[in-house]
Amino acid sequence: MTRGGGVILAAAALALPFWLQSPYHLHVAIMAGIFGVLAMSLNLLLGYTGQLSLGHAAFFGIGAYTSALLTLKLDWSFWPALGLAVALAALAGFFIGRLALKLRGAYFVLVTISFAGVISLVSVNWIELTNGPLGLPGVPAPALGPWSLRSKTAYYYLVLTAVGLSYLVCRRLVRSRIGRALVALRENEPLAESVGVDVTHYLVLAAVVSAAMAGLGGSLYAHYTRFVSPEVFLFTYTVTMVIMVVAGGKGTLAGPLVGAVLFTVLPEALRAAASWQWQMLVYGVLLVLLVFFLPHGIVPWLAGAMPRLAGTVSASPAPPPPDAPPARG
Amino acid sequence: MLAVRDLAVRFGGVTALERVSFEVRPGSITSVIGPNGAGKTTAFNAITGYLKPSGGRVTYDSVALTGLRPSAIARRGIVRTFQKTSVFPALSVEDNVLTGLHLRGTAGFFAVLAGRRRLAAEERKLASDAAAVIDFVGLGHRRRAIAGALPYGEQRLVELAVALAAKPRLLLLDEPGAGMTGSEKAVVSGLIRRVREQGLTVLLVEHDMRMVMGISDTVIVLNGGKVIAEGAPAAIQAHPEVIRAYLGGSAGAA
Repeated sequence: MTRGGGVILAAAALALPFWLQSPYHLHVAIMAGIFGVLAMSLNLLLGYTGQLSLGHAAFFGIGAYTSALLTLKLDWSFWPALGLAVALAALAGFFIGRLALKLRGAYFVLVTISFAGVISLVSVNWIELTNGPLGLPGVPAPALGPWSLRSKTAYYYLVLTAVGLSYLVCRRLVRSRIGRALVALRENEPLAESVGVDVTHYLVLAAVVSAAMAGLGGSLYAHYTRFVSPEVFLFTYTVTMVIMVVAGGKGTLAGPLVGAVLFTVLPEALRAAASWQWQMLVYGVLLVLLVFFLPHGIVPWLAGAMPRLAGTVSASPAPPPPDAPPARG
Repeated sequence: MLAVRDLAVRFGGVTALERVSFEVRPGSITSVIGPNGAGKTTAFNAITGYLKPSGGRVTYDSVALTGLRPSAIARRGIVRTFQKTSVFPALSVEDNVLTGLHLRGTAGFFAVLAGRRRLAAEERKLASDAAAVIDFVGLGHRRRAIAGALPYGEQRLVELAVALAAKPRLLLLDEPGAGMTGSEKAVVSGLIRRVREQGLTVLLVEHDMRMVMGISDTVIVLNGGKVIAEGAPAAIQAHPEVIRAYLGGSAGAA
């Protein structure tokens, strides 16, 4: 994305509440933001290091439960609870990262699924702590000093700040030697090792940052819906994140955000346009078409199409590299 | 100096290397040759940490390398290339080489997140280092090209550039000329000589006898997992055991 385009998009995001009057539309925007944080988090692992975590909802759920329990049971205020939610999710990410060193590919996928399954079972069965399947209602809305962030507009800006911070973290990481090391592990691990890239260090680092970010999303989700139940560990959440990352463009900075907005807005738009039997059908067909025609995702396709449309591509028709990180600088 | 002592590698009941010992003098170009299956690549893998030897030890400047991970061995200045072409396929030539420069960067996690100003200076320095390495292997015109889309010969040069970027003191090349045309091999031979002139030590595995005899100071011949001869190229070419190993195993069988 060019700098100019980024500034325009950021300004549009900041101005959104002024022209989205309906609370329902604002709700969709908030959910898109929360999923944007989650998708960016998954993208660090899936897009940059090439490890598919199908238990990503676990980090999301750990963040949501930690934040909810601390504010409900210990009367913590939102901000320290958010901090500890992020830290606990990061700790879980550390253990999963250590595991990833021994397991790759399908085995890693299985371990992450199992991890989410175990955490989910704990949330259902540790009734004294989590209230079991009934969940935890009445999670307090956050406040900033004397101001409550209960209103949708205020919460929107809170989520937008989180999106901006997460984006900044991803961007700085990706465009540094750390990002190059992550991509090197994805592209060719033995070669990466031969030039001194420490696999242990970078895989764990990616897992920790990714999990921390998912924990942030979880905490924001808990204090927004004001209710946390074992449903936060549902496989659907993980699948939604994967769809967003893959459709938007894995291994690109903007891809997860584009995917998150699209796949939060799309189901809602379909809900308004069609009866529920048709909703899922249309959703499914659109998804298949998207993956079929844009296998690398929307953002890499746009990045390739933009210069073509502008007529700036010279005689060398170099297609955009599959899965390559966006142009540097 | 690299010293290999009694290096042994066994896969189950198969002995790939059996008490192999040799030394590589600093500043030399040393070649390891031998028929297919002689254990050349196995020796490379054991030296660079990709394979755990069943016995023996490898030292570099009297420090043991055995048991270290490949990345830790790279940090000690020993960098290898691979027999099968090995680049970061989706990245540009420039990003390939920048990745090779990994150990020359210093930016840590928190410095990166904080976006320190000196990082930009470091990135500029790395970019100019990368450009120098790319020019050295003669790929200046390919800087922005995607490595995986380059012709085979150029991919092998990218591979060499990535290894050189890691600033090795000892460079191990696994069949750098494999699959190349005669003129491409001449280019690679020239590069290997220039690398040595810059003070690097080179150890290579190679099948092309003309290339080996043309650039090596010392040639080590492996056969059946053992060193059967070691010496200057001329002496090796006349060595009866070597001729036997290459022209037919049964000629000298007891």
